[in-house]
Amino acid sequence: MEYFIHTYCHIKENTISVNGEPFFASAALTVPEFLKEAYQKLAISYPKFHKMDKMSKLALISSEITLKGVENGENVALVFSNCAASLDTDINYQESISLPDNYYPSPAVFVYTLPNICVGEVSIRHGLNTENAFFVSAGFDADKINAYTEYLLQSGKAEKVLVGWLEVLENNYECFMYLVDTKGSIPYSKQQIITIYNR
Amino acid sequence: MSDLKEELKSKIISVLNLEDVTTADIADADPLFGDGLGLDSIDALELIVLLDKDYGIKLTDPKQGKAIFESINTMAEYITANRTK
Repeated sequence: MEYFIHTYCHIKENTISVNGEPFFASAALTVPEFLKEAYQKLAISYPKFHKMDKMSKLALISSEITLKGVENGENVALVFSNCAASLDTDINYQESISLPDNYYPSPAVFVYTLPNICVGEVSIRHGLNTENAFFVSAGFDADKINAYTEYLLQSGKAEKVLVGWLEVLENNYECFMYLVDTKGSIPYSKQQIITIYNR
Repeated sequence: MSDLKEELKSKIISVLNLEDVTTADIADADPLFGDGLGLDSIDALELIVLLDKDYGIKLTDPKQGKAIFESINTMAEYITANRTK
C-alpha cells in the first residue's frame, strides 16, 4: 500500500500555514490570545475549547485543519509527541498551590497535567476510538515517529495516522501536524517528513 | 440577594471559561448542569472551590453539590445561609 501526506500544517510565531501556504497570521501578544483568534478564524463552535490548556487548544486547532474532510469514526490513529510534556500546565498548577494562605488547587487545571490529555481531546472532538500514543523526546524524532506510523499502518491497526509535534512552554510554542493517508499528493516517507518539518 | 445572583453569574462565567455566555443568558432558575449551561463534573469541582475561596464555605460531602448547584437561585440561597466571608 502506498501512503501520502494528505495535509500538513505548521503553527508557530503567531502564524498558521497549511501545506506550506500561509493560512492565518495574528498580532496577538499572548499564546492564549493567538489560539483564540485561530479558533475564531476556523469558525469552530466548540465551547469546551475555552476550558482547555494551551497544548490541547493547539492540538484541537491543528487537528481541525489536518482532519478536514475526515469523517467522524474513521480509523485514524493519533501519534503525538513533544519535548516539555505538560510542563506548561504543571507550572500553572503548581503556582495555584504554592501559597499556604491561598491554597486553592484548580480541578480544571489539574486535569491537563498530563501530556496525553490533548490526544483525548482530539479523539472526543472527532469521534475517534483508535490507537493513540504520546511520546516525549528532546526534539521531533522523525525516526521513531516514522517507525511507529509505519507499524500502525502495515499492521492494519490504523487506516490513517495523524502525527503531531506539539511543543508549548510559557510563551514559546510550535506545532507540526500531518495526516498520513492513502490519498494525497505528497508521497509519504521519513525524508519527506523531515523536509516539510524544516520548511 | 439579586446582587449576589448577578455576582455568581459573573464568577461562574469567569471561573468556568464560558466564553460564549453572558450573564443575561443565565436565568436564575435555569439548571446549571444537563440541559442548562451544560456544565460537567470538573465544573462541579470548580464550583466547590469557588464556594470555599470566595465565600468561605467548605463542602465536606460533594454529594451536597447536586442540590446546591441546581441553579443560581439554589446557590444564592445556600451561600446566603452559610457564608463565612
